[in-house]
Amino acid sequence: MKETESGSRKHTISLRVANRPGVLIRIALVFARRGYNLDSLVVSPSNDPDYSMMNIVAIGDEKVLDQILKQLNKLIDVVHATDRTGEDIIQRELALIKIRCVPEQRSEVLQLAHALKCDTVDIDESSLTLQSSGSTERLDSTIRSFQPFGVFELVRTGKVLMARGSEHTA
Amino acid sequence: MNTKSGAEIIVDMVQHHGVEYIFGYPGGAVIPIFDAIVDSSVNFVLTRHEQGAAHMADGYARATGKPAVVLVTSGPGATNTITGILTAKMDSIPMIVITGQATTWSLGLDAFQEADTSGISYAAVKHSYLVKDANDLPRIMKEAFHICRTGRPGPVLIDVPKNVSSQKVETDYTEEFVLPGYEIPSDGDPQAVEQAARMLERARKPVIIVGHGAVISDAGRSLTRLVEKMQIPLVNTLLGKGAVPETHALSLGMLGMHGTAYANRAIENADLIVSIGSRWDDRITGNPDVFCPDAEKIHIDIDPAEFEKILPMDICILGDAAMVVDQLLTRVSPGDTADWLAQIEKWRRQFPLTFRKSGKLKAEHVIDELYRQTDGNALVSTDVGQHQMWAAQYYLISHRFQWASSGGAGTMGFGLPAAIGMQFAHPDKTVLSIVGDGGFQMTMFELATAVINKLPIKVIIINNAYLGMVRQWQELFFENRLSGVDMEGNPNFVKLAESFGVKGFRLKRSADVKRVIAAALAYNEGPCLIDVEVAKEDNVYPMIPAGASYSEMLIEAPKVKLEKPVGST
Repeated sequence: MKETESGSRKHTISLRVANRPGVLIRIALVFARRGYNLDSLVVSPSNDPDYSMMNIVAIGDEKVLDQILKQLNKLIDVVHATDRTGEDIIQRELALIKIRCVPEQRSEVLQLAHALKCDTVDIDESSLTLQSSGSTERLDSTIRSFQPFGVFELVRTGKVLMARGSEHTA
Repeated sequence: MNTKSGAEIIVDMVQHHGVEYIFGYPGGAVIPIFDAIVDSSVNFVLTRHEQGAAHMADGYARATGKPAVVLVTSGPGATNTITGILTAKMDSIPMIVITGQATTWSLGLDAFQEADTSGISYAAVKHSYLVKDANDLPRIMKEAFHICRTGRPGPVLIDVPKNVSSQKVETDYTEEFVLPGYEIPSDGDPQAVEQAARMLERARKPVIIVGHGAVISDAGRSLTRLVEKMQIPLVNTLLGKGAVPETHALSLGMLGMHGTAYANRAIENADLIVSIGSRWDDRITGNPDVFCPDAEKIHIDIDPAEFEKILPMDICILGDAAMVVDQLLTRVSPGDTADWLAQIEKWRRQFPLTFRKSGKLKAEHVIDELYRQTDGNALVSTDVGQHQMWAAQYYLISHRFQWASSGGAGTMGFGLPAAIGMQFAHPDKTVLSIVGDGGFQMTMFELATAVINKLPIKVIIINNAYLGMVRQWQELFFENRLSGVDMEGNPNFVKLAESFGVKGFRLKRSADVKRVIAAALAYNEGPCLIDVEVAKEDNVYPMIPAGASYSEMLIEAPKVKLEKPVGST
């Protein structure tokens, strides 16, 4: 995990929450009250329609985040909130990367895309849009590889997690 | 099955949960619910302001342990309760707040008196609901009562659009609720309890801090047995007053910023500090970095989010205070605290709370006399500021439902409406509302509520014509550059009282204290008020400046200039 400043690091939190209105803002407020920025946030239905899964990535002080987790678990609509940082767990993220690309550059870019296992999702006269998925670190390095061509739009889904084997994630 | 309106379901559920009182104020969006209460057995109390309604429900809850209901309209009606809701949240008070709302189809469209009430409430409630369908109301009402009074209690808000309260539905009260994200701790982990028991036995200089959690869980009797068996001294927080009688030989009264010097000396020198239902608030710990670093610490709490929030702990025991104390009781044998108790008695003699009964009238003199003449048995509410601290120091509390003071939020304007709620809860008991001239004026119109309901509350205004606590800070830490603290323009409180139909007394001289208080206590026709003109520039001591360490406690007025405090407030 990336160390930023002293005691501050990237945390990956997974939550199982009741599928009720307002639950997202209640969770966001716990972070906002401590002046925390969320790097990414994914909310999705779970296999049980009464509950949603949520994955949050936030950078911050260990001690403060520990307190935030306790506050999250205190929310009535939160069933579990767990810090999964550093655990051996399945982690995936998807990115759409729009690259400046005139027809003359196309073959070079597509070659690189192929090498980096990206899918081509859109092409026009001056651009090429690729889809890449995998770990956050892999996406970071893929995106870096295309920087020399000029990445002029980028969107990422945020990290989703799942425990390995038959264990439940949250 | 019956067909009922959403409003009727709400009122059915309120009755079903044994609610005695609804405090509130009507408005357009809530008329259907007001219509439904006409035929109910619940008593409705019309207040003069929605904030007053929330504080009355709060005072009622502090005097009974049971929730009351606040019923107000949408928009400003709802936002006016927010201060009261925050007050209840900070002090873990059970309360149900039902707010009217614009119709579901006008939510978010800036309809008349529409506000995003549930959105505004999030940061101040234990939980809240926006009801979109009357079919959900039975479940939501059951959940709300369950949540507000179990675990660590707190306020629950239910926002009910007008078309939902009017909606007719087939009623089904049998549906049960499921709250998998809500667990209520009960007894403590036996291993942790065992470890704590060994630490208690081993300690030579132990102190127990009794907090509001001990009051709420009714841990007093077990706790008294524990400290008597172990011969351990007790201190209490502002809200922990009454868990164990403060008159108990082992009680040192309140600790912290304005606690007794002997309580604070005990904390400063302890080798083991056990908090039972207290959250190491900044009024208690001052600067956490220098707060008793060498003492071992145990924290017993029902809310795991309080563990190690402020200070590192040696042991945290999650559980209900009374149950954990019972567990401890069966596992401990007395240690050796004789020297420690002897030392504490020395401090008690060396640094007693004192005041002069001659010269300019002292607030302490008045509160001490109230204590004497009521035999310490009155129910007492306070507002916030100097008078609050003097009341905490001089009105010793013996029962768990006897004291109402806004601790965490420090809400001025709390005292009078809270006293009204307490008197509703206990019509036959003496209720004192000790307030300052500043805070009283924030909610003084609730005198009308007391008059209409013939509540014989006694309002004691400790009137120094200043916002005294801020003035004290400005004097001590800001070179006496007084700013925004002069209450010039105070009304004639006796005439003001009379205009409401409240009996007014005036008290100016030390020599009259006994007589005037006796007359006020004897007056039972309805509410009365004593305007007590006290010395203008008295300060509260002892004092540990905000963010300072216990060794910096001022036992009396300092002779040297003080640094600005580093604590947040």
